[in-house]
Amino acid sequence: MSKHSVAPKAVPAATAVPPREAPGERRTLAGWVYLLPSVAIFAIFVIYPFGRTIITSLFATTPAGGLTQFIGIDNFVTLLTDPLYTQAIVNTLVYVLLTVPATIVIALLLAVLTAQDLPGMGVFRTIFSATMGISVAAAAVFWNLLFNANSGVLNRIIEFFGGEGVGWLIDQNVALLSVSIISIWMNIGMAYLILLGAIKSIDDSYYESVEIVGGGFWYRLRRVTVPLISPSLFFVLTITVIGAFQSFGLIDMLTQGGPNNATVLLIYRLYRDAFVNFRIGSASAQGVILFAVIFVISYIQTKLTEDKVTYQ
Amino acid sequence: MAKIVCKDLKKSYDGKTEVLGGINLEIEEGEFFILVGPSGCGKSTLLRIIAGLEGVSSGELIMDGELANEMLPRERNLTMVFQSYALYPHLTVRDNILFGLDVKKVPKAEQEQRLAEAAEILGLTDYLDRKPRALSGGQRQRVALARSVCSHAPLCLMDEPLSNLDAKLRASMRVEIRRLQQQLGLTVIYVTHDQVEAMTMGDRIAVLSAGRIQQLGTPLELYNHPANEFVATFIGTPQMNMAVAEVAPEGLVLNGGLTVPLSEADRAKLPMGQRWKIGFRPEQVYPATATSVHDTEVTVVSSEMMGNETLIFFDVAGTLFTARWQGQHRIADGATLHVSLDPRYAHFFDVNTGSLLRAAEDLDELGVRSTSAAGAAAAAHIEAAPAAAE
Repeated sequence: MSKHSVAPKAVPAATAVPPREAPGERRTLAGWVYLLPSVAIFAIFVIYPFGRTIITSLFATTPAGGLTQFIGIDNFVTLLTDPLYTQAIVNTLVYVLLTVPATIVIALLLAVLTAQDLPGMGVFRTIFSATMGISVAAAAVFWNLLFNANSGVLNRIIEFFGGEGVGWLIDQNVALLSVSIISIWMNIGMAYLILLGAIKSIDDSYYESVEIVGGGFWYRLRRVTVPLISPSLFFVLTITVIGAFQSFGLIDMLTQGGPNNATVLLIYRLYRDAFVNFRIGSASAQGVILFAVIFVISYIQTKLTEDKVTYQ
Repeated sequence: MAKIVCKDLKKSYDGKTEVLGGINLEIEEGEFFILVGPSGCGKSTLLRIIAGLEGVSSGELIMDGELANEMLPRERNLTMVFQSYALYPHLTVRDNILFGLDVKKVPKAEQEQRLAEAAEILGLTDYLDRKPRALSGGQRQRVALARSVCSHAPLCLMDEPLSNLDAKLRASMRVEIRRLQQQLGLTVIYVTHDQVEAMTMGDRIAVLSAGRIQQLGTPLELYNHPANEFVATFIGTPQMNMAVAEVAPEGLVLNGGLTVPLSEADRAKLPMGQRWKIGFRPEQVYPATATSVHDTEVTVVSSEMMGNETLIFFDVAGTLFTARWQGQHRIADGATLHVSLDPRYAHFFDVNTGSLLRAAEDLDELGVRSTSAAGAAAAAHIEAAPAAAE
């Protein structure tokens, strides 16, 4: 009897369907599984190094990068009170101001001038975008020959016309400008190609409308071209600004920061401290500062331009 | 004086192939003039030449009495409505409508006055601060029209302006554009490939094919007296039924296979042994009645009931003919049908050149006849075939 009395209770327990996961939960789990590869890559190569850099910046370190003692914001204080570091900040800002507007304006004008489909235009388009395919090392060699104070072509030309040669890369008042010119030359290719693509995708009827009302070159540029390529312009502006803050190759190959620290940029100083002087803690702090500067400038730039960018 | 005159206007891009081969036409002031033709016929090129967006290879373009071959677009005092509308996505409706008035140095106050007028006429007053992306297709179209209205130019060129709209909106915009043109007294040159737009909107139509004007005339002239086979088949929906015809002892033989019986009166007009291209409008293929002389037995391929009318597709010795009958006729595919193919209502074309030899007889009378005959015949058809009645 007791068995009988137990059995009815046991049966429902034995045959009861295990509680199923709600479909929503299963979907969430599946979502995470799909995301796992990219989350893992992102975590290993971005989040961990970023976190590790912030932590390292708060410590005194061994030359191998081992943490020895927590020192708070000492690394930052030391940097910001170091006149050479503040000079690097100023150099970088000047470099950004010299290269970014010039790169974009020249690339835009070249793109506008070569957007028409005339015979032979392909040659110009190839030439104007060619610097994209030139490595920094090749450009450095080439420009070094041009800029060489004694045997460089530029000084030869200046002297031919009776001028006095310029110490392009060895005069501390000129060196940053010289490096900026090379940087502009190198970056125009990419900016030009992006802007040309954007201009070419503008429907002809927009320009024909202007032609019918009688607008000239500048009217067309101001009222049609620039507004209609504003997303691409914004993209080029962003990558050029970030690229300028991270300029390293040219400096390392042409001036090594000289003469007299005139061309030391933030990223070059960071490299010297990390891989030449092995001051890993200070280098990490510089990485954090550089990140903060780029972040703030990108944010301001986005805020300033967002109502001027029209996505179709 | 005509507003626009084209004298032997030619256009070639490569010096060999002529996109336009000798265009001669005159467009009067205040006229709604249509350029119609299939894709690639040169109609848009002609419009762009008139706008000044393309040059002329040879010939003369005269606008308001002045030679305009070398005139800049802005000197021609015209506006253009593009197929894509050319509305600037970064500008509001207001700025889009006013676009270009600053170049023409129209004072601010007058700009505002013109804007208010144009917005009022086109019902855009409530949308002036919106961006084009927040508008429907029809509203965008109206903004493009408002820009033309606002410019106060007497000549408006339109390049397939309705082709991006759905059928219903297209029908209402047809009426709206026509009303606007009449209200403002504009001269409009309108390019389309849609012959319904051409027929319903134009004062006159130029039908183009392969860079040449095939025929120039009023919509009904083109419909009733098509100059050639191309115009005959291009104008009219469904298109004219065409077949090669020849008179034989047993009757009129179509495409060498289908024989239409002929009366003595027909035989007197149609010489034995001669061949033509013959064309019947779908509405002139009537249901045969007990007394029909031209009673011809055909096999139905399919039919489409539109509610108010029925389209019946039948085989004529390898060519598909269409009949358009008023009312609702339920006809099975593959059924045998008796139709009347009266040669009096047919257009005759030269079998080699395609040019019109004889238009359908007395078309005004035919119009009256077609209404009453179709009604009576349709009734007879339904009585005779109970299965066909719905």
